[in-house]
Amino acid sequence: MIPAPFSYVAPTSVDEALAALAEHGDDAKILAGGQSLLPVLRMRLNAPEWVIDLGRIDSLRGVRDAGDHLVIGAMTTHHDVLHDPLVAEHAALITAAATDLADAQVRHRGTFGGSLAHADPAGDLGAPVLALGASFVIAGPSGTRTVPGTEFFVDLFETAIGDDEILTEVHVPKHTGWGAHYEKFVRVAHQWPIVAVAAAVRVEGGTIEHARIGLTNMGSTPLRATAVEEALTGQPLTADAVRAAAQHAADGANPPSDLNGDASYRSHLACVLTARAVLAAGGADG
Amino acid sequence: MTRISLTVDGQQVVDDVEPRMLLVQYLRERLGKTGTVIGCDTSNCGACTVHLDGRSVKSCNVLAVQADGSEVTTIEGLASNGQLHPVQEAFRECHGLQCGFCTPGMIMQSVDLLEENPDPTEQEIRLGLEGNLCRCTGYHNIVRSVQAAAKGATS
Repeated sequence: MIPAPFSYVAPTSVDEALAALAEHGDDAKILAGGQSLLPVLRMRLNAPEWVIDLGRIDSLRGVRDAGDHLVIGAMTTHHDVLHDPLVAEHAALITAAATDLADAQVRHRGTFGGSLAHADPAGDLGAPVLALGASFVIAGPSGTRTVPGTEFFVDLFETAIGDDEILTEVHVPKHTGWGAHYEKFVRVAHQWPIVAVAAAVRVEGGTIEHARIGLTNMGSTPLRATAVEEALTGQPLTADAVRAAAQHAADGANPPSDLNGDASYRSHLACVLTARAVLAAGGADG
Repeated sequence: MTRISLTVDGQQVVDDVEPRMLLVQYLRERLGKTGTVIGCDTSNCGACTVHLDGRSVKSCNVLAVQADGSEVTTIEGLASNGQLHPVQEAFRECHGLQCGFCTPGMIMQSVDLLEENPDPTEQEIRLGLEGNLCRCTGYHNIVRSVQAAAKGATS
């Protein structure tokens, strides 16, 4: 299968890209790494008249230290995020999720911002990014605005990014010294998770002082699981205590039912995987 | 039509292509490099893996226009002066193929894997090749081939 015909433009700056979007608006799609968009175009699930390729905009790539947070450029590839020492030191949960994301070839092309903007609830980056309290910088015709993670994901494949806007950066608050683990349940290799749990914990003297939990594929968007975060806070890092608190992992979630599992199965998985993720993040044996 | 200029297996090429043309189509249909095959057409199987600026990619999931200005290496560019690449040699020695259809992609991904990690464990090899499917299910000998190539390179 090959895509339907389209016109192509590859701007070299965000301003040029915004101008192209303003001109072609509804008829245009943004191309980042293309690892989700190209399959969609090839299967002709979408047939835009224009494709605007962000691949030539160097300023959108890279990770930098901005004091209390990291700035991850939207066009930074998964491979570069995975091997970035700043991310490993200050946002290890993202490194953990990127390790398991798709396969090596896809990680070489796919981008951090592209994956988040695609907003597949089974995508691996939404949960860790939400758990770490990230915010999203979105450029538009009247300048840039910053959207908190809680408002970024709107629905299935839908985000706060407007038709005339581009995601440029993700700001991730530093979680230096936190334990982190991404526990992913898949049926076969390099597939989307049936359910996955992103956990970052701060443990002091055997007690969980802080817990940040994100859920993948437990609803129409990635979720921050605040109920289980509260249940975990103050608990000893022991298998029994963590498993008991993890029973709150699916509180408030509305997971889908499909051929991989029904909603109640997914809720059960979320609890089991949360306990595993928290124990692994804290460095305890499950 | 969009003008593209790139290097493929060491040769400079310039062409006008439709923006929708996939890199794998360009390699096979314009340049005749049919060593790179199309397997699943859904970006799952990895049979079409080539190197783009030194990193492995699935060429059915890259537009030819995205490769403008880049350097592409296909399975046809691995051997030099009539000498097989050590990974090709290892696949031959260890019988790392059955029907052979996945082999171009397996070899290109194995070369990428060994460049990043010259001495991988068996588990690292299996994880590194997870984007490549062998429908003959001949994975054991494929993994042995990569191990043999690594051993040859490190000894």
